[in-house]
Amino acid sequence: MSFLQEVNRRSGEQVQLCFQCFKCSLGCPVAFAMDYLPHQLMRLIQLEKREEVLNSHTIWLCAACETCTTRCPNGIDIAKVIDTLRQMAMEENKGTEKEIVAFHKSFLDTVYHLGRAHEVGLMALYKLRTKRFLDDLWLVPELVKRQKLSFRLSKVENLGEVKKIFKKAALWQK
Amino acid sequence: MAEIELAYYPGCTLKTTAEEFDLTSRQVCRELGIKLIEIPDWNCCGASSAHEIDAYLAVGLGALNLVKAEKELGLDIVVPCAACFQRLKVAEKELLKGKYPEFPFEGKIKVYDLLRFLAQPEYRRKLKQKVKKPLRGLRAVAYYGCLLTRPPEITDHPQPENPMDMDQILKTIGVECLPWSYKTDCCGASLVVGRIDIVHQLVKKLYEKAQEVGAECVVTACPLCHANLDLRQREINTKFHTNYYLPIFYFTELMALAMGIGQPEKWAKGHLVDPLPLLKAKNLL
Repeated sequence: MSFLQEVNRRSGEQVQLCFQCFKCSLGCPVAFAMDYLPHQLMRLIQLEKREEVLNSHTIWLCAACETCTTRCPNGIDIAKVIDTLRQMAMEENKGTEKEIVAFHKSFLDTVYHLGRAHEVGLMALYKLRTKRFLDDLWLVPELVKRQKLSFRLSKVENLGEVKKIFKKAALWQK
Repeated sequence: MAEIELAYYPGCTLKTTAEEFDLTSRQVCRELGIKLIEIPDWNCCGASSAHEIDAYLAVGLGALNLVKAEKELGLDIVVPCAACFQRLKVAEKELLKGKYPEFPFEGKIKVYDLLRFLAQPEYRRKLKQKVKKPLRGLRAVAYYGCLLTRPPEITDHPQPENPMDMDQILKTIGVECLPWSYKTDCCGASLVVGRIDIVHQLVKKLYEKAQEVGAECVVTACPLCHANLDLRQREINTKFHTNYYLPIFYFTELMALAMGIGQPEKWAKGHLVDPLPLLKAKNLL
């Protein structure tokens, strides 16, 4: 199966419909930080440039704001295509933006263990994963003062149901 | 004297960093005759990480909440958090396609975001009657962020590029709500931990554009937007040598203030950018 077919099948979208109108890239708030603009990413998929796409920073820098999806004249859900690309990159252990990947993993770890996101826990896990111990340290006393950092664990009672969903999700542990 | 009952999905953030949003959402609903019943044993919807990592998690976590709400409460769901709202809507649409038999959901209940629910004409009429102290003289921009409106196929929002729900509510309570072009621009919430440098650029632009039209504060409907615009203001001022003082409100805080319910000090203390000096200067306390 070609790369284009694989992306289409997994996302349910039709990337070959992209005719390079630039609308997605013009509306993209994160375009200034990307290595490939969204319309270029679509073209690279059409051209079977698997490695360039899955190793790009763009797929991780996308903020999932869905502006491109909303405006695409060909009805391509570009944000969903990018979600699919991230998942494919995860399968192949290609997380070009390591900090962003570490954040998502840490976030989901807390949900797996508690059924709910836990900010203190996720920051601790993130710092362990990335060794970025000084990030946002100034915020800690500010948040403690306002009783916004909860060390108490808010947990769902029926955790088994949540874990069952995680067990069916092959990718989250990668 | 509640007139209707709704299932309430607070989400994780409203239980921690966005407690003010939870508090004032409950106050405002009570005052408008809406009884909120928390979905029993609700779980995280997965925003904003699950959909980036795994397609099944992206639907499953939200789906579990829909099943619980339909089975145990049988009431329409209202969600204050924009990110949770969008994930629950994604789950709703996916479940109704019938591809997930493990989540028995019949679609008897609907998912609303709190902002659009309260902006319905009947609640705006009620709100108008309940306003004790119109917030005259307060110049604000309504900031909706991404996920209340986008993509419209998921959110069912009729005006994804120029929503007016919050503008209408703010006008009803006397706020001078200014037109601007950035109401649905992204603040970069999902990048806040991994790439704060990008968030600084996006949020600084929002401050700039809000001030350009003469706003003295920004009103949000999303705890992630609020966190970015409020928590990062000091950092941005230091980094870019600016001196923004732009308090960031939840729309429910201003509704409560105008209706004269609760104590503003109680929610204001949760903000890093203290809104009380602005409210005092405008004689609104």
